Formats: sequence, C-alpha cells, structure tokens
Amino acid sequence: MPEATQNVFIQVRVNGKLHSREVEPRQLLVEFLREDLELTGTHIGCDTTYCGACTVLMNGAAVKSCTVFSVQADRAEITTVEGLEKDGELQPIQKAFGDCYGLQCGYCTPGLMLSALQLLKDNPHPDQKQIRKAIAGNTCRCTGYQNIFKAIETAAAVMRSAGHGD
Amino acid sequence: MYPRAFTYHRAGSLQEAVTVLSQLGEGAKLLAGGQSLIPLMKLRFANPVHLVDLNFISGTSYVRELDGALHFGPLTRHAEIEKSASAARVPILLDCAAGIADVQVRNRGTIGGSLAEADPSGDWATVLLTISCEVQCTGTSGKRTLKLSEFLKDAYTTALAHDELVSEVVVKVPPGNSGGAYIAFKRTAPVYPTASAAVQLTVEGDRCKDIAIGLGCVGLLPIRVNEGEALLRGQQITSKLIESAADAARVAADPQSDMRGSVEYKRQLVGALVKRSIHAALQRARGHQVEVSHIYA
Repeated sequence: MPEATQNVFIQVRVNGKLHSREVEPRQLLVEFLREDLELTGTHIGCDTTYCGACTVLMNGAAVKSCTVFSVQADRAEITTVEGLEKDGELQPIQKAFGDCYGLQCGYCTPGLMLSALQLLKDNPHPDQKQIRKAIAGNTCRCTGYQNIFKAIETAAAVMRSAGHGD
Repeated sequence: MYPRAFTYHRAGSLQEAVTVLSQLGEGAKLLAGGQSLIPLMKLRFANPVHLVDLNFISGTSYVRELDGALHFGPLTRHAEIEKSASAARVPILLDCAAGIADVQVRNRGTIGGSLAEADPSGDWATVLLTISCEVQCTGTSGKRTLKLSEFLKDAYTTALAHDELVSEVVVKVPPGNSGGAYIAFKRTAPVYPTASAAVQLTVEGDRCKDIAIGLGCVGLLPIRVNEGEALLRGQQITSKLIESAADAARVAADPQSDMRGSVEYKRQLVGALVKRSIHAALQRARGHQVEVSHIYA
C-alpha cells in the first residue's frame, strides 16, 4: 500500500463557475463539493449509495455524489441545489416544494429536487407512476412522499407554462 | 467514508487500459460505472492499489444493431439502454435496464461493469443467460469471445484474466415469435433484489418451441432451470405445466438465508416470479404489449 498517492488536477464547472483544484484520487465528489467548494447544500445521508441525499446533476444526469470520485468529474458540469436559484428568484421546483409542503426537516430536499429536475427535463408531462419511479432513489423519512409528488406535479405545470428548459 | 488511498490512472483507450493493467499487476482494478466498486471500496472490502478509469475513453458507449444482433459498448450505461430504441425491440432487456436500482445508479452503472463484477445479486447476468449472449474480452494478447455461460465462473469471478477487460457485449435478437420478461422482487428500488426470474419463450402456435428460465439472487451465480425448461419445451403450454416449471425453479434455486429472507421464503418467491415471468413472456411472444415491473415489498 503506498503511503501517499499523487494528487490529480481537475477542472469542474459547478453551477456555471469553473473550479480548478488538485484532489486526492479517493476523494468523493460530495466531499469535493462540501469541503473544497463549501457548497454544503448537497447532503451526506447514508453514504452507501442508498438514500440519494447527495444527488447532484453531472452533465445533466442525476448521480449520487457519494458514489463518484472527484477525479471522475474532471471536465464535467455539475449542478447542485445552490445553482437552482437565478437572480434571487427560486427555481419553480424550489418554490413548489415550499408551497406544497414537500419538505419537513429538509435534509433530503436538495437531492429530491435535482432528481425531479432530471425527470422534468426528460419528460415535461410526467404521470404519477413516472414521478414515483424518478424519485425511487431518494429517501424521505418525514413527509410520506405525498406532498413531494404534489410539488413535482406543480413544478411540472409551472415549468411547462413558462417554457423552462432546465 | 474514504476508501484506502490508491493511485489513479486515466486510460485513453481500451488497449491502453489493458497495457496498464498488465504493467501494474494484481493490485490494479478497472473503474467503470463504479456503482458496485466504489461502495465496496468505501467499506474497504475492495482495496485496489491502482484504479484505471475507463470513463474517459470515447466510443465505448453504444447500442448498435448488426446482422440480427445488438452490440453493446462496455461502458453503455443502464440508462442509455433503457432509452435505446434498438434495445426496446427485446423487451426483456428493457425490463432489466429500466429496473436496475434507481435513476442515479442507472445513469452511472454500465453493462460491461455489471457482467465483469459478477455480483450474485446483479441483474444483467440473469437476464442475458436466457438469451444468446457473447462477451468479447480484450487483453494484451488480443481478443477472444466467450459465451456468457463460459464467462461467468463463480460469485465475483469471471473468466477474465487480470489484464483483460470486457470490450463488447453481443446479444442475438430473438425471433419474432419469441418473448421475454424479467421480474425482480425488491424491498425498495436502490437495494438488490431478494430474488428475480428471467424467462425467454419462443412459441409455435400454442406450443412452446423453446424456453429459457433464469433465476437471480438465489445462488452464487444465476441459475438456469434446465428441468423446468425441459418440461415445457415442445409441449402445449398449460397452467399445469407452468406450475410444474415453477416447482422445478424452487428445486433448482440454491438460496442463502439472510436479512432479505429465509431459504424457504426465497424458494417460494422465486417460483412465483417464474410463473409471472412465463405469463408475461407468453403474452409478448404472441405479439401483445405487456408492461412488467419489478415488485416492491
């Protein structure tokens, strides 16, 4: 076992901003976001690829950032919850989670919103079954999910009428 | 949780990856989608000294139709297969791709990685054992092609030499009078199934011309139910025969008792899954559109 391994230089665009850093190969993307960039909106829940609290978008696709090494995000575009708001305006999914009481403690919410956004990008008219399937990788222990479904349906309607691409 | 420290290598081509593997020796492992390997590394069950990342190699993710076969690039993500119009022509492939874990895992996990990992609870091997599937392996000394049944050796063990990798997965498109279905029973989406059943059935009128029945998560490797298949092959398909095939599946299963269920429970379960899969496969073989989905506890 080597005592120390060589760090790797990576360039990652996070919420539109390019970051250049040297990282240890074993560092996980969620740690890079939280520790190096201090973007603590992405949460660590189970740290075992189960709960989805650490979900971010990597090149537009939802991934569990506890199960991706930072070095793999080199040259990638990452979107975290901090990147959703634009000019002080909440993204419709954020507003809908609030309006529909789609959260209680809020720990799972950033991950759930990013999974929901991938769904709405691929499918602006999701039915109930498709919504359930899209967030099957995100665990919420407070809400019982009903208000989360409502929030995603509400956001879908708002985004359709506003012609949101993202 | 941090894995043990390792040295990172980024391969520019599959050929470069196998060369690096042969130079680095047994302490090196390949990183594909990482959805099995990274959790194992975080638990420190897997402690590679070197990791060779395949994710930056271009042209390794594709689904191509060629001479009646589907060719999958080794790094084709489950999600890409789920969305592929070519793969949709073989419904059992869609059942599998669309049902693995959850969206996030399907966006990362790859078909080549799943087969090379040979996890006893993996989905792809169970499904692909029921249709004609070959695995192309590339090493420093060239390429060879193995039938999937020859490729899989034991739990977490394949025929791959240390300096070989899966370079393509080839699946023959079943004939028009054939239909398949894959159903897994899971507690929740992100966890491995408790048990699963894959059935590919070819009909001729109301007879079963050919059938393959595969069981997952109830043995160290996926299990083919040869006796159950023999009961149905060439026969008129009746509920009684389907029941007998399910009984044969219960006997063929070799489950272990764990947090997901006892041995007896899993035997019962896998029989029921075989019945449901045969019914869905039969409908599809007769040209009906049937949506199947995994069953959640």
